[in-house]
Amino acid sequence: MIPSFDIILLILLVVTAIVSLRVRDLLSATMIFGVYSFLICLLWAEMGAVDVAFTEASVGAGVSAVFLIATVFNTSRNSSD
Amino acid sequence: MKFFALLAVSVTWCLLIYAARDFPDFAVPDSPANGGKVSNYFLEKTEENSHVPNVVTAVLADYRGYDTMFETVVIFTAGIAIMAILRMTPGGSTGSGALPPAVPRRKRTFDGSELIVSGTCKLLIPIIQLFALYVIAHGHHSPGGGFQGGVILGASFILLAISRNLDAALQRLSEKRYLMLASVGVLIYAGIGVMSLLLGANFLDYGILSQILPATDAAMARSHSMLGVEVGVAFTVSAIMFAIYANLSTAGELKNGL
Repeated sequence: MIPSFDIILLILLVVTAIVSLRVRDLLSATMIFGVYSFLICLLWAEMGAVDVAFTEASVGAGVSAVFLIATVFNTSRNSSD
Repeated sequence: MKFFALLAVSVTWCLLIYAARDFPDFAVPDSPANGGKVSNYFLEKTEENSHVPNVVTAVLADYRGYDTMFETVVIFTAGIAIMAILRMTPGGSTGSGALPPAVPRRKRTFDGSELIVSGTCKLLIPIIQLFALYVIAHGHHSPGGGFQGGVILGASFILLAISRNLDAALQRLSEKRYLMLASVGVLIYAGIGVMSLLLGANFLDYGILSQILPATDAAMARSHSMLGVEVGVAFTVSAIMFAIYANLSTAGELKNGL
């Protein structure tokens, strides 16, 4: 536990979560969602849950971002709401 | 409508915050996560029961083997469901009753012949795959395991499909082959469970497998069967990850993808 590092990570986590919901361009929403996954991966690694962090880095930040990009490629790029 | 949604979300948020006050603080020695009976049992007995240093893998693949087995089945089912929705039949109609595409298909402009991209990926992909195999095989001694290694292995094929084209990846892992790999993975996991059932123990109780594995006691049999189970998980996960990518990026046509 490194409190100041934790606080920075948690603030960035909330900011990226809100931004990825609010942004209209779905491709940037996907990218920001990848950043969110990577931040939560850092948080878990820092708390000592290395297995969970590993899964989050490979699945959340890696493959699911690719899936979302592939879906955006085949649908429309801008969100309607 | 939006007002009611906001109301529901805020009420749930208040309830969650109220409930969170009952959680134990960080690093309290007698909280259930740190000092409960169950976690102490795992921490003390894992080394003795199965000679596996990574307790997380031992809990996932041995003590809670059912959970991980059906997690693998969930991945398998998700992949099959995506294929059932998206995959086109050769005649031209979609599997789910010839729906017209919602938006016109976009064409890929990048043909995969750029020197820097293809050269970098040619160097990177073997290293990624080697690392994935290490993560799978070393999962019970260091962080990792079948799930993470499988995802990395699937991601290496996705990288090949992105950096060159989907055909190059499908040549190496065709549709028939990835469907077979995905089923074989679940079969390996369930097969190890059934094997211990046939030898007279409970389903997925690996200790009894020392009767057929050469030169092992019950603890080492548990360790080796965990490796077998992880290999099964990795088969399914890597095949399904690539299958989901191939179907999503081409809307089920399996050509000219992302």
